[in-house]
Amino acid sequence: MKGPRVAVVGAGMAAARFAERYGAFGGAGTVTLYGAEAHRPYNRVLLADVLAGRFAPRDIALPPGAARVRTGAEVVRLDPAARTLALADGSVHGWDSLVLATGANPVLPPIRGVRLPGGAGLAGGVHVLRTLDDCAALARGVAAARRAVIVGGGVLGVSAARALASLGVAVEIVHQGPHLVERHLDADAAAVLARGLARLGVVSYPGSRARAVRCGKDGEGDGDGDGRGGEDRVSAVELACGPGLSCDLVVLACGARPRTALAYAAGLGVRRGITVDDALATSAPGVYAIGDCAEHDRVLHGLAAPAWEQADVLAARLSGARPAARYRGSRAPARLAAGPLQYAAFGEVDEQADPGLDALRLVDATRDSYRKVLMRGDRLAGAVLVGDMTAVDAIAEAFGRRGDPAADDPHHLLVPG
Amino acid sequence: MRDAYPARNTADLSAKPAAATLDAMDDAMDDNGTDTHCPYCSLQCGMRVAVAPGGGAEVRERPAYPVNRGVLCGKGRSAAEVLRPEARLTTPLVRDGRGGNLRPASWREALDVAARGLADVRARYGPDAVGVFGGGGLTNEKAYQLGKFARVVLGTANIDYNGRFCMASAATAHRRAFGLDRGLPFPLADIARTGCLVLVGANPAETMPPAVRHLRELRERGGTLIVVDPRRTATAELADLHLRARPGSDLALALGLLHLVIADGNVDGEFVAARTTGYEEARAAAMAHWPERVERLTGVSVSELADAARMFGEAGTGMVLTARGAEQHSKGTDTVGAWIDLCLATGNAGRPYSGCATLTGQGNGQGGREHGQKADQLPGYRDLDDPAARAHVAAVWGVDPGALPVAGRSAYELLGTLGLDGGAHALLVMGSNPVVSAPRAAHVTERLGALDLLVVSDVVLSETARLADVVLPAAQWAEETGTTTNLEGRVILRQRALDPPEGVRTDLAILRALAAALGRPDGFPYDPEAVFDELRRASAGGPADYAGISHRRLRGGEGVFWPCPDEAHPGTPRLFLDRFAHPDGRARFAAVTHRPAGEEPDAEYPVYLTTGRVTAQYQSGAQTRRVPALNAAAPGPFVQLHPRLARRLGVVDGEPLAVTSRRGRAVAPARVSEAIRQDTVFMPFHWPGEGRANTVTNPALDPASGMPEFKLCAVRVERAGEASPAAASGAGAAR
Repeated sequence: MKGPRVAVVGAGMAAARFAERYGAFGGAGTVTLYGAEAHRPYNRVLLADVLAGRFAPRDIALPPGAARVRTGAEVVRLDPAARTLALADGSVHGWDSLVLATGANPVLPPIRGVRLPGGAGLAGGVHVLRTLDDCAALARGVAAARRAVIVGGGVLGVSAARALASLGVAVEIVHQGPHLVERHLDADAAAVLARGLARLGVVSYPGSRARAVRCGKDGEGDGDGDGRGGEDRVSAVELACGPGLSCDLVVLACGARPRTALAYAAGLGVRRGITVDDALATSAPGVYAIGDCAEHDRVLHGLAAPAWEQADVLAARLSGARPAARYRGSRAPARLAAGPLQYAAFGEVDEQADPGLDALRLVDATRDSYRKVLMRGDRLAGAVLVGDMTAVDAIAEAFGRRGDPAADDPHHLLVPG
Repeated sequence: MRDAYPARNTADLSAKPAAATLDAMDDAMDDNGTDTHCPYCSLQCGMRVAVAPGGGAEVRERPAYPVNRGVLCGKGRSAAEVLRPEARLTTPLVRDGRGGNLRPASWREALDVAARGLADVRARYGPDAVGVFGGGGLTNEKAYQLGKFARVVLGTANIDYNGRFCMASAATAHRRAFGLDRGLPFPLADIARTGCLVLVGANPAETMPPAVRHLRELRERGGTLIVVDPRRTATAELADLHLRARPGSDLALALGLLHLVIADGNVDGEFVAARTTGYEEARAAAMAHWPERVERLTGVSVSELADAARMFGEAGTGMVLTARGAEQHSKGTDTVGAWIDLCLATGNAGRPYSGCATLTGQGNGQGGREHGQKADQLPGYRDLDDPAARAHVAAVWGVDPGALPVAGRSAYELLGTLGLDGGAHALLVMGSNPVVSAPRAAHVTERLGALDLLVVSDVVLSETARLADVVLPAAQWAEETGTTTNLEGRVILRQRALDPPEGVRTDLAILRALAAALGRPDGFPYDPEAVFDELRRASAGGPADYAGISHRRLRGGEGVFWPCPDEAHPGTPRLFLDRFAHPDGRARFAAVTHRPAGEEPDAEYPVYLTTGRVTAQYQSGAQTRRVPALNAAAPGPFVQLHPRLARRLGVVDGEPLAVTSRRGRAVAPARVSEAIRQDTVFMPFHWPGEGRANTVTNPALDPASGMPEFKLCAVRVERAGEASPAAASGAGAAR
C-alpha cells in the first residue's frame, strides 16, 4: 500500500462521490469504503425510479473511482485515538484519515403495529424506502398489492406515491403536517402539488395522523392490530380522526435521522448530526464527516446535492489538490422532478414567518403552475416553483449571485425570457 | 553543431520561386477559369477563379462540386480581394536590430538573416530552442514539409500549430473512442438524412453558411434539430429545440441526456454488446448526473432535458456534431467523450446516417492535424512515440529513427514560454497570427517580444508579422497548387489559377531555401506534387493513409476520402461501418465526470465571458479585415450582453464596455441582445488592439489535448469610463 490510508465508513452517495473525486484530484492515498449493505455504491436518489421500473437495480451503480469497496462490511466500533475501526466480523483495520459517511436511517413513526412484536422488523406489508434492498422488498410487495397508503407527504412520500401509482396501485398519502412537503413548500404551492398527485390518482390527506396499522390474515381487514403471526399482513391504516384507510401495502416515508451511534460511542461531538466545521472535520483529529450524517453550522441538509458539495470539498482537501478548500454551506434548491410532479424551492419559502419578506406570486390555476419569489428589500431571499419550471434557470442564476441586488424588478424572475 | 548548421549557404538562396506547376495549370484552366476551393473554412467550398477582363482575379460559381453546389458565403465571394497586391506583402522585410523598424529587403538578405539567426539560437541553446508554429490553413504539402523541416533540419521537438486551439480536444476524444480521428466519419450531406441532429457549441449558420442547406433539408425530410448553445444564434433559430446551456456545462448535459436515455429504455443493448467496450463505467458516470443535478449544472430544465433525450433516443438514427463551443475548454476532451457515449449507447455510430463527429474549423484543420506539424505526431496521423511509426517515416526521410526528436510542447505551452529558460528563443511562424488568436494574448505578445529571433511567413503583414525580425511574403491559395482535407476527410486539390505577384514566394520555396541554407539542400522540393508524392509514401499504412491519392486523381474531381491505401481504392466516405479502428474493432466508452472550468465566476469576476466568431470575419481577421465589404458588414469587436445585465450595469447599447479578467482588459461597444444568457457576455475574437477578446481569455489547458479554455473565463463587466485603477493596471501586466 502506498500513501495514507483513507477509510470511509459507509458506501452510499457521499462516500462514492468522495472516493471518485479523491482519485480525480490525484490523491495518493488508498481509499477503502466500508459499506454495511450488500451492494456497491448506487444512487439513492433514483430508488423511486427503480421501483417504477425505469432502472434495473444494477443500472444505478455509481463510480467509486479507484477506491476499494468492501460490501457487507458493517463497522461496529471506532477508535480515534488508536486510529482503527472494527468490523462486525471482528477484524480491526487501521487508518490515517477517517471519513464518516454513515448516512441516515428512516424514521419509524410512533404508530401502533408498524413493528413486529419484539421489534424484530416491520410488520408484513409495511415498508420503508431507503436502500436497494428496501426497494426490492417493496417491489415484491407491490406485485400483490392493490391499495397502498404512504405515511408521510414529504419529498420521498410524493415520489414513492408517483412510482406506485405508475404501477397501477391505488395510493393514498397520510400526512401529519398542515400540507404536503411543508419543509419546502407553502400551502398554496402544496395545493398545486396535491392537484398534480390527484391527476395521477393519488389522494392525499394532509393534517392527518396515522394512529395504527391494522393487520389481518391474507389481507382481510379484521386483524387485531397487533400484527401477530408471520403470515399477517397489513390491512388498513387507522387515522387519529376519521375513518381508517383499507390497504394491503404501507410505505413509511417520515424522514430520516442521521446515523450517529458510531460517532457518539467513539466520543465525537454529536448534536442532531455529527458536528463538523468548514473543513468537514469532527471533534477528533483526522476524523471527518460528510453527507446525511453530518451537521454543519447547525444545519442538517439531508439532500444529495449538499452531500456531494461536502464530498468535493473534503476530497479536495485530503487529496492535497486544494488543502485549504472550505465548505460554507449549500445554496442548492430542494427539487423534485418526478414526471409531471415538479417543484423547486430556493432559500426562504414562507413570508408569513418573517415580516421582512415580501412575496410576489404568479398562480395559473388553468395550468396548475405556481411561482413565488420572496424579496428581502431588493435582494432575492427565496423562491418556490411548482408545475411550470421555465423560470428555474433565471431564479437559480439570481439566487447564485449571493447578496447581489436583483437590481431590476423581480417580475422577470417569475416570467423570464 | 555549427558544422551541421552553416550560417550561410548561398548556393540555394537565389533559387527562383515555384513555377513548376504550369503544366498542371494548363490542364485545369479553360475560359471559365480554374477549379479550386475557398481559402477560408473547413467546408472548402468549390469555386472557380478566373482572370477578370480588366486583370485581377474573380471568383465564380462551381455548381458541380457536391459540398456547396455553387453556393458561397460573403467571405468566399470576396476571397479574390485578398489577392490584390495592395492588400498584402510583396517584399520581404527585415528589422534592423532591437527596436529598429521593419524595412524592405531582398529575398537573399531576408533568408540569410533568418537562417543565420536560427543557426545561432540552435548553437547557443540547443535544437529545442528553435520553435516552429504552423497553421491549420496550410495545405497538406506545407504542413507535411514544415513538420519534416522541424524534425530533420532543425532537429527540434518544439513544433506545434494553431489547430491545437481548434480541433485538438475532439481529435483526442475521437482517437480514444474510435481509434481514429476524422472530423466527419461520413459525407456532410448525410446529416440531412439522420433522424435527429444535435449541434453542440456549433454555429454553422454564421461560421459556414453554405452548410445550412443540409440543416434545412434535414427539417424538410422530417428530421429534428437540437442546438446546444448559451446564445440564441442564427443556428439555434433553426432548431426544434434550443438548449441554452450555461458555458462549460456541455459535459454534464451529455451525461444527463445519457442518464435519461437509459431511464427511457432507449439504450441499444445489442449494439453496445457487439461493438463497444466500457459501457458499465459510462453508465455509472451517467448515474452520477441525474436530471435535477444536471439542471442545476447546466441551467437546462429537467423537462427540456427529457424532451431532448426522447427526441434523440427515439429518432431511429441520430448524429451529434460538436464544435468549438463544446471543445475549447479545459475539459474539452472529456466533453466530446460524453457526447460520443450518448451516441454509442443509442447505437448511433458506425452505422448509416448516424455518428458523433466534429465540425472542423480551419480550412485545412483536418489535413493540418494529420501530417506532422503537431507536437506529438508524424505524417499519416502516426504517433511520434510509436517506434514503428518513427522507423517508417525516418526511412521515407532518409534519416536514422533515433535522430527524430520526441514530442514537444503544445501550442500554448510553446508560446507562453518563449524567451524563458527552457523555452524557445527563436520561432518560425507559418500561416498563423497568435498575437490575436492565442489565449492570454497580451502575455503571448510579450513572450514573442522576448525572442532572439522571430521569423514569420505570411501573406499579409499580420499583427504577429509586425513583431517579427524577418517577414517573408508568401504566395497564397489561388496562386499555388496544393491539397487540403476538408471537414469530411475529403482530400481535394486547390489548383493554381494565377501567378503570384512579383516578389512573393511559396512557403514550400521558403522552406527549401531555409533548409538549404541550414545544410539540407536535398529533400525539400518546392513542387507541391513532388511533396505530395512523398507525403503519400510517408502516410502509407498509417491511420490517415493517402497512398492511393494523387494530384492527378484529384484534378477536376470531387476529391477522395481517406483512408485510400492504393490507386485502385475508391476512398472511404463512411468510416467504421464494419468495425472501429481500435485493434479489437470496438469503440470505447469514456467514463467522464463533470468538473468546473479552470476559472468560475466569483464575487470579483461575476460574469462568464465566451468568445466566438461572426459571419463576415474569419479567425484572427488577417485576411478578412483587409476586405472592405466584410469590414462594412462586421466593422469591429463588440460585447454582446443581455438587457437585464445591461440594466444592472447601467449600460446602453453602443456604449464602450470594459471586460476585465485576471489576465487583462478589453474594451468594445455594448451590443444589447436577448439572444444571450443573463450570466454571460460574448465577444468575437477577430480583432487586435483594445477590443482583442483574447487579452482576457484563460490559458487553462485540457490535460489530454492541450486545448486552452477560450470558451469560458470569469470577467467583470463595467462601463469603460468607470473601470477601476486595479482593472486598468491588469490590462498590460503579465501576471
